[in-house]
Amino acid sequence: MLKQENKIDVLSHELVPKHYIVSEDEKQKVMEKYRITKMNQFPQIKASDPAVRAIGAKPGDLIKIIRKSNIAKEVVYYRLVVEE
Amino acid sequence: MSEKLQKDYLDDLPKSIVDQIESVCAKKKLNEQQKAKLIEEVRKEYLKSMYQPGEAIGIITAQSISEPATQMTMRTYHFAASAGIQVTLGLPRLIEIFDARKEPTTPMMTIYLKQKYNTKEKAEEFAKMIKEKKVKYYATEVSTDLTNKKIKIVLEKAKKSEMEEIIARLQKSLKGFEVKEAQKSVVIQAKQDTSIKELEKLKKKVLALYVTGVQNIKNAVVVKEGENWVVKTLGSNLEYVLKMEEVDSTKTYSNNIHEVASVLGIEAARNVLIKEINDTLKQQGLNVDERHITVVADIMSLTGEIRAVGRYGVAGTQSAVLSRAGFEETIKHLVKASVRNEVDEFEGIFDNVMINQQVPVGTGMFELVARIGEEE
Repeated sequence: MLKQENKIDVLSHELVPKHYIVSEDEKQKVMEKYRITKMNQFPQIKASDPAVRAIGAKPGDLIKIIRKSNIAKEVVYYRLVVEE
Repeated sequence: MSEKLQKDYLDDLPKSIVDQIESVCAKKKLNEQQKAKLIEEVRKEYLKSMYQPGEAIGIITAQSISEPATQMTMRTYHFAASAGIQVTLGLPRLIEIFDARKEPTTPMMTIYLKQKYNTKEKAEEFAKMIKEKKVKYYATEVSTDLTNKKIKIVLEKAKKSEMEEIIARLQKSLKGFEVKEAQKSVVIQAKQDTSIKELEKLKKKVLALYVTGVQNIKNAVVVKEGENWVVKTLGSNLEYVLKMEEVDSTKTYSNNIHEVASVLGIEAARNVLIKEINDTLKQQGLNVDERHITVVADIMSLTGEIRAVGRYGVAGTQSAVLSRAGFEETIKHLVKASVRNEVDEFEGIFDNVMINQQVPVGTGMFELVARIGEEE
């Protein structure tokens, strides 16, 4: 049989942008900035998503994603962690 | 726009523009005051070039992608007898991506190897190793003995260790049959009352039994890409390959969007989505601005899983009943909605067009509020 290393380091892959958990304080600021009144207005990400598990976020957390872009170099995006 | 809203947007100029401002400042040796003025001017231009709130960017995106796509149908080529892997291209591939099929017709991986293994010989050895091998691959002769209900498979190609592997796997998967090893061959004894049809079925099953290699990888070729020797495979098994020691797990790529979503997450899948759409269009010589593709990818990945653009995905899960009914399968949606006592709030575009009301697009999205006596 072929040899297998144990784990995939999801966050080191070049397709995966940087994910951060947003603090409660910043969360309020983000909601104010984008005029968000209901939590379901955020784009979502599953709690079972490999990147979410890698940073240890839980349902209800807001995740800040810094994407690489050809046009703007860096784009900030937010996703709310939801249960399956 | 209110003062406050303007300030929010002014605070985040995109990084590429900020970088350009910095480089101009350094080149022209501007002082603080001049720099502030430059930033002010750039911000003005940036705000001017942005889409206004309420602009129907979805429709613009749809038009911008579909118009070039109509040109694709007539121009699909096949590269006969070319080395490498045949991939689905052009319109079929584009439809496949937007439909978010679970398996693409030609799943493909590009495997990058670690520095240590980045030579032609090592890459070829690796390609040979990961190719999925079934019993069929080793078999040189297969014969069925119909009177004694026996299947004999001659395995000339198999080495001793592989032989053991094959026998072990056969014994594991064929319970109730007798598996005997003979000189460079395997004999499978079925029960006496087995019919000929069942015997044929058994033969097929045995030949398709997986022995070594990485499952699902049907072919692997070594290609030189710049400085690197990369392995391109037909068939993909990203999860397994990323765990292998030889593989550079930071770059290895698969074109199977759902697989990437489950192994690396939704954001990675979104990146693959953009890259695949872009590559498919570019390969056909079509030029679609990346911003349009980004809009599609964002909508497809909005809920944390990849949704198709169409009846079962983005359009079929809208909350407004009339929007859904107006798209496809009118009667089904109307009947279901009446049974479930659904309410349409008339917040969408489609439903408002239907009842001849002002649509929430552009200036129709906003209402004026007079604040009498309020001070700035």
